[in-house]
Amino acid sequence: MTMVKALFYLMGFIAVASGLYVAASRNLVRSVFMFFVTLMALAGLYVLASADFVAITQIVVYVGGILVLIIFAFMLSGRESLAGLQQQESRFISINKLSAVLLAALFFILMLNILLKTDPDHLQWVQKAVSEKNMVKSGDATVNNLGINLMSHYLLPFEVVSILLLMALVGAAHISRKEKSL
Amino acid sequence: MIPLTDFLVVSAALFCTGLFIVLTKRNAILVLIGIEFMLNAANLNLVAFGKYDRLANGGQIFTLFSITLAAATTAVALAIILNLYKRYKTIDPSKTDHLKD
Repeated sequence: MTMVKALFYLMGFIAVASGLYVAASRNLVRSVFMFFVTLMALAGLYVLASADFVAITQIVVYVGGILVLIIFAFMLSGRESLAGLQQQESRFISINKLSAVLLAALFFILMLNILLKTDPDHLQWVQKAVSEKNMVKSGDATVNNLGINLMSHYLLPFEVVSILLLMALVGAAHISRKEKSL
Repeated sequence: MIPLTDFLVVSAALFCTGLFIVLTKRNAILVLIGIEFMLNAANLNLVAFGKYDRLANGGQIFTLFSITLAAATTAVALAIILNLYKRYKTIDPSKTDHLKD
């Protein structure tokens, strides 16, 4: 039990710290690879929330797909995006970033305030789920249930998402094709 | 048993990091990464609450949908960014301020 908690705090710390590194780093390639670390830590957090299938999907889709796409775009968008922007100011908090820091910090305080006030562990439906034993325990295999639900209860959204994905990929291929006049 | 509040605090921190990245970075790809941060924070919330829904599995399934949609978004956004680079030779969002030639 305490092991799980320690792992949770470790993963949460890694996720937040690497996120802050992405925000603070000047080296763009390094921040992309730190984003990779954040995604891995998030997958670990999903495992600790006993959602193993989502964690695997996160690794396969985000790390295998999205991150590779982002690195491709970096390589294709020229040298100046890799090196040219590095001489921008280095400090994390400078005058023209002050407003952004303030906004993010205030937003964080606001959200923290709200979620501490709502006290999510004692919400009515959460309590009800606990009393009805409708919660995932740590050893449960959720994948079976997930597949059955995906093919029965959530079939319409599933199909709509598949069509949307097809449209988006065709659209992306269309946008990025070679134009003759340009 | 990890309390829900801890998940929500981590995800709030990630969301604000994403917000900061979107506001400050001068590179469209990094802005996109900031948006991914915000999406991931929302996903973490969905998964954390989805623990209390064993029968319908709402949280996990919607996380799967949102991961799929994030993949589609990224593909289209990167195609747009590459097109932008072809036209303007820069991907700084503050420098690409013409809608039409």
